[in-house]
Amino acid sequence: MSVTVVTRVEPDTVRPGFVRDTVTIFLREFQLVLRDPFSLIFSLLQPLVFLGLFAPLLAGSLSSDALGGESPLTWFLPGVVVMIALFGTGSTGANLLYELMTGSYERVLATPVSRPAILVGRALKELAPLVVQAVIITLAALPFGVRFSPAGVVVGLAILGVFGVGLGALSYALGLASRNREWLFWGVQQTLIFPLLILSGMMLPLESGPGWMQAAATVNPLTYVVNAERAAFTGALADPAILHGAIAATLTCAVGLVVGVRAVLRSAG
Amino acid sequence: MILTEDLRRTFRRRGAVVEAVRGISLRVERGELVAVLGPNGAGKSTLLRMLTTLLRPTAGTAQVAGVDVVADPAGVRQRIGYVGQGNAGGHHHRVLDELVTQGALYGRTRAAARRRAGELMEALELRGLERRTVASLSGGQRRRMDVAIGLVHRPGLLFLDEPTTGMDPQARANLWEHITRLRREMDTTVVLTTHYLDEADAMAERIVVVDHGEVIADAGSAALRARHAEDRIVLEVDEPATVKDLVDGATVVGFRVELRLADGARVLPGLLARLERAGVTVHAAHLHEASLDDVFLALTGRSLREEGAAA
Ligand SMILES: Nc1ncnc2c1ncn2[C@@H]1O[C@H](COP(=O)(O)OP(=O)(O)OP(=O)(O)O)[C@@H](O)[C@H]1O
Ligand SMILES: [Mg+2]
Repeated sequence: MSVTVVTRVEPDTVRPGFVRDTVTIFLREFQLVLRDPFSLIFSLLQPLVFLGLFAPLLAGSLSSDALGGESPLTWFLPGVVVMIALFGTGSTGANLLYELMTGSYERVLATPVSRPAILVGRALKELAPLVVQAVIITLAALPFGVRFSPAGVVVGLAILGVFGVGLGALSYALGLASRNREWLFWGVQQTLIFPLLILSGMMLPLESGPGWMQAAATVNPLTYVVNAERAAFTGALADPAILHGAIAATLTCAVGLVVGVRAVLRSAG
Repeated sequence: MILTEDLRRTFRRRGAVVEAVRGISLRVERGELVAVLGPNGAGKSTLLRMLTTLLRPTAGTAQVAGVDVVADPAGVRQRIGYVGQGNAGGHHHRVLDELVTQGALYGRTRAAARRRAGELMEALELRGLERRTVASLSGGQRRRMDVAIGLVHRPGLLFLDEPTTGMDPQARANLWEHITRLRREMDTTVVLTTHYLDEADAMAERIVVVDHGEVIADAGSAALRARHAEDRIVLEVDEPATVKDLVDGATVVGFRVELRLADGARVLPGLLARLERAGVTVHAAHLHEASLDDVFLALTGRSLREEGAAA
């Protein structure tokens, strides 16, 4: 039997495409952030809490030799920015768990929206507050005599953004896999996120740690991102660490999107 | 508009195998309104979710709006609207925002999406709820919003999975009016599932009864009733035994005489006249016309009404 496949699209329909769809999905999620400014305010306070409570301890317990000769704040603050991005995008899938239980996820899937856009739009929503947080950190550090390079901060955020989209997509895939099993999402997420965090030298330098930790750090993409942020924030844009961080971020992003889009397609079949 | 051939879907969950849809072949023409009826777990939603590309068929083929659901799911999504069994809006999102977002997902400009959202808020009597969050709506309001979301892009083919569940009679009537208008003005094809038999009876020209993943009947309501169910006449009399002898096929139940037959409404007046001539006093005469539920009972051995009540 032959069936003519009609490919004509209804006249008033414009095929939206990836970028437009990403913006639409991002705006849908971001509306919630704007409407609930308290969560935004608290998320802005978070870096300041670390700045005020953690950095002094670090300064007291570590010599500046361990930090590669930098002042503790200069060393520590880029790590805080990465940490915020890590927790933010790592929870991308958590917001999905709820939509999976109602029909809201299914409704979006039934539209012609680009599948990668669903992932990227949601990850970008988790990243958006980061821009403001980074600015606050940069300004708050000024009274302590720490100067960050604005151009460097922009480069650092770009690398972090690429990394965050990848991580967000992975978190999204985890959310889909945890359908109807919320504990699974949080269990896996927490089990992975802390080792990743500690083994990247984000909060404490690994130079004083045992050899196996240092070895583990070399295969942790986050290590390269953290190092790149430290270089970028000080304006050392020619530092090879930046290139390595950019590569690690791009790879994470590529893997995340492939895994994430597969998960979305599999969830629909 | 829809053409499926031996469509199947099997779920495997922890060793258990559920054959949710077991070989459905269906043809729906442009402009038809088809109601899919069946008890809980019959496979109605699974069927709809395959036709809307949300589930991949295990076997068989389906062409929806001229496009194969497996080969070109994106093409299918362009051409259809879907109101699922669950609620479409995100819990913390606002009603109007969600309608506008839906328009944007179908490529409408913000301005056009906003205009359309306003029309639908009006049409589905959601006015005044624009800035409310979905979580704060009543069940029926939420259902009306779901339908509005499904209609945003004026689809030529609309799938509705239990659209009226949870709506009050007025909201149901209003939704039906809207669907009737869509069909008249835009020749929209509608495939819906429902547990309300009276609704299927009144609105659909065609009823597809599904049970255990298979189509067990497919016809108009009148034809289904004529084929699968009988009317029942019950007479209350003093001497049932006498009446039983006078009327072919009658049975006695206490002081009542029961008669099963087709077209009871036409037979009843003549029957009463005949009994009067024979000197029998009839205290009361009840006519129970065959309902879709009787059809269902005859076809499946179960009553849909009880299932609906239990659900
Ligand atoms: N994702 C799934 N995984 C496993 N089993 C499923 C899944 N979806 C549906 N089923 C099973 O398939 C069968 C058909 O389910 P379906 O939702 O299609 O029924 P339905 O006719 O829509 O019922 P209802 O009237 O309750 O909505 C049921 O036995 C159900 O448990
Ligand atoms: Mg169902």
